Amino acid sequence: MVNVQIDGTWLQFPKGTKVIEACSQAQKFVPRYCYHPKLSTPGNCRMCLVEIGMPKMSPDRQPVLGPDGKPEIAWIPRPQISCAQEVSEGMGVRTDSAMVRECRQGVMEFLLINHPLDCPICDQAGECRLQEFSVEYGQGQSRFLERKVKKPKNVELGPRVTLDAERCVLCSRCIRFMKEVAKDDVLGFVDRGSFSTIACHPERTLDSNYSLNTVDICPVGALTSTDFRFKMRVWFLKETRTIDVNDGLGCNITVGARENKVHRVTPRENNDVNGVWIPDSHRLNFKYLTAPERITEPQVKGQAVDWRSAVAIAADLIRSIPSSAAAVIGSARMTNEELFLCKNLIQTLGAGDRHDVVPRIGEPDGILIPADRNPNTTGAVALGVAAPEPGSRLASIAAGVRSGQIRLLVCFEDATLLGLTESELARCTIIATGILPNATTRQAAVLFPSSGSFEKRGSMINIQNRLQRLNRAVQAPGQCRDDWEILRDLAVALGSSQKPSTLEEVFAKMASEHPAFAGLNLGKIGDLGIPLAGISAAPATATLS
Amino acid sequence: MAYTVPRPKLTFAEKIYLPSIVAGLAITWKHLKRMLTGQTKVVMQYPEEKWDAHMPEHYRGAPTLVTDEHGRERCVACQLCEFICPPRAIRITPGELPTESEFSKVEKYPAGFEIDMIRCIYCGMCEEVCPEQAIFLRKDYAITGTSRAEMLHDKTKLYEMGGVFDGLIHKWNPDK
Repeated sequence: MVNVQIDGTWLQFPKGTKVIEACSQAQKFVPRYCYHPKLSTPGNCRMCLVEIGMPKMSPDRQPVLGPDGKPEIAWIPRPQISCAQEVSEGMGVRTDSAMVRECRQGVMEFLLINHPLDCPICDQAGECRLQEFSVEYGQGQSRFLERKVKKPKNVELGPRVTLDAERCVLCSRCIRFMKEVAKDDVLGFVDRGSFSTIACHPERTLDSNYSLNTVDICPVGALTSTDFRFKMRVWFLKETRTIDVNDGLGCNITVGARENKVHRVTPRENNDVNGVWIPDSHRLNFKYLTAPERITEPQVKGQAVDWRSAVAIAADLIRSIPSSAAAVIGSARMTNEELFLCKNLIQTLGAGDRHDVVPRIGEPDGILIPADRNPNTTGAVALGVAAPEPGSRLASIAAGVRSGQIRLLVCFEDATLLGLTESELARCTIIATGILPNATTRQAAVLFPSSGSFEKRGSMINIQNRLQRLNRAVQAPGQCRDDWEILRDLAVALGSSQKPSTLEEVFAKMASEHPAFAGLNLGKIGDLGIPLAGISAAPATATLS
Repeated sequence: MAYTVPRPKLTFAEKIYLPSIVAGLAITWKHLKRMLTGQTKVVMQYPEEKWDAHMPEHYRGAPTLVTDEHGRERCVACQLCEFICPPRAIRITPGELPTESEFSKVEKYPAGFEIDMIRCIYCGMCEEVCPEQAIFLRKDYAITGTSRAEMLHDKTKLYEMGGVFDGLIHKWNPDK
């Protein structure tokens, strides 16, 4: 620990702390554009200038102590950038002196010289550091009378990112991100002086699967998401903290929605899981929620019915078929609560070991995407819906369907993923839940419309055995219900005495039966999740760099 | 703590009250005389007669959208009016201007702009907040309709009511 004086107060920081971070920890925010805690520090925006001083030394190299017993500080007459400097013993920092204020005002004036001031159309407006710092540290008007430099606008840098070079403050965060995190060094500066702009390598485009993170870290409106461009102003978005369900890692995300429509997904900081990044493929995978073909009504043999009769018919079907002919295809995309109720259903059905989940294995990308593309494989194994080796029983279930031995399939996934054809599925009775139509939902005797991941609450366990929480960002359309409600209603129709009315009750029941969840509840999971002890990791794990 | 209210000291004339009554009656009498001799006119035969010519410059009638002398629709769909509108009467659907458009530098325009005149309270906040001088409260006050749909002013209707406004700031000058 080293002693540092910040704005007159002596505080202690670990060795190696950047001065800008020390100031933040001391509740003295220092404005910055180029500095990002996850990237290298070029120190090129000059916004974080502060006054720094070192302890005054006597001729025998001893610090001169002041009347209060603390070292006296010799202030360096020239301002220093606080992002590239680490704290040292006896250092003094002034973040709000007259010189610092004047420096910030000057830097802001220079940054805004060629800025187009098109805030009314800029997507960054509302979360723009230029706007914020201009109000906080800038001045009311421009003294620049000359013509502004023209730079390219509306440039397609890649399939998902649009550049407006006039708004750029040349902080180089995007360049450093692509080089250091995405490991795809395609961006750089071209031209000189005030004509300097961001550009892509001439033979390449910004097509990395992490390209949209450059939009998040861009402190101004230079890089904007082509998908979100001009769709909605950010101040209208209601933000919900939840997790991504496109792979086993479960990146922490913030979902921005307005009037029950998801407009964008942005990563949320969780240094134990995804840092502050998320792959583009995951971020943009929300359009299916509002797809026109979405299943929104319970159906019996393709005819829309009400919930009550759909559940009753499903229960009758289950009762009419002997338990030796029943099988359940669960899903590792379900939450723990749903899996818990699903396991109860398996026991009620007497499906023996004729149940499993459909594994999804892909190539890990070495950055954030692991091999396991199911979000809750660990939970599915721990709660007993999946086989200890997930997917190992699917072949025998498929064979049972083909031989006619299995006549009742309860599907939470598309059964064609087992290699079954639609005509083979037509031979057995299918009770299915679904979001979008597929071969299984078309063949289902009873079909329940269920909710997408942004439409439900619950918990999942990622590949690091971390219990994380989903939150509801939007209401499900039509008559869609959460899977746990469907499973509960089915259980009640089959004679269960348990009728949990809230998800919290389901979690409490699960925690009482599974020691791994003992003493927990949804509130205790928190926004960042908690590591679970006493649960073995899912077989398909991936490396997280 | 008790507080003694200071009472005014009344004169004898004030105390007997009669002089005030006489003064009041004199005013009434004066107005009656002016009425009978036709010097004042109280009733205006609305809607045949209207007071429109006397409306002050700052009168706040129905909100409208305006185009400028270059023929450009001034709204850029920043949605600040939608945000500020206290009764949430405004609904904007933003759109992107095609690159071949004459005003493509502006990039953004309102693909849809609706003001629900049943909700509108004529407060003028939309005009005040507009960074583009695109929305103005004009002097139309008799906004009527026989259905809810009719009271929903869409973009066409709003531009029709607003018309062309000369002499506004020329912010999106392509040469600058």
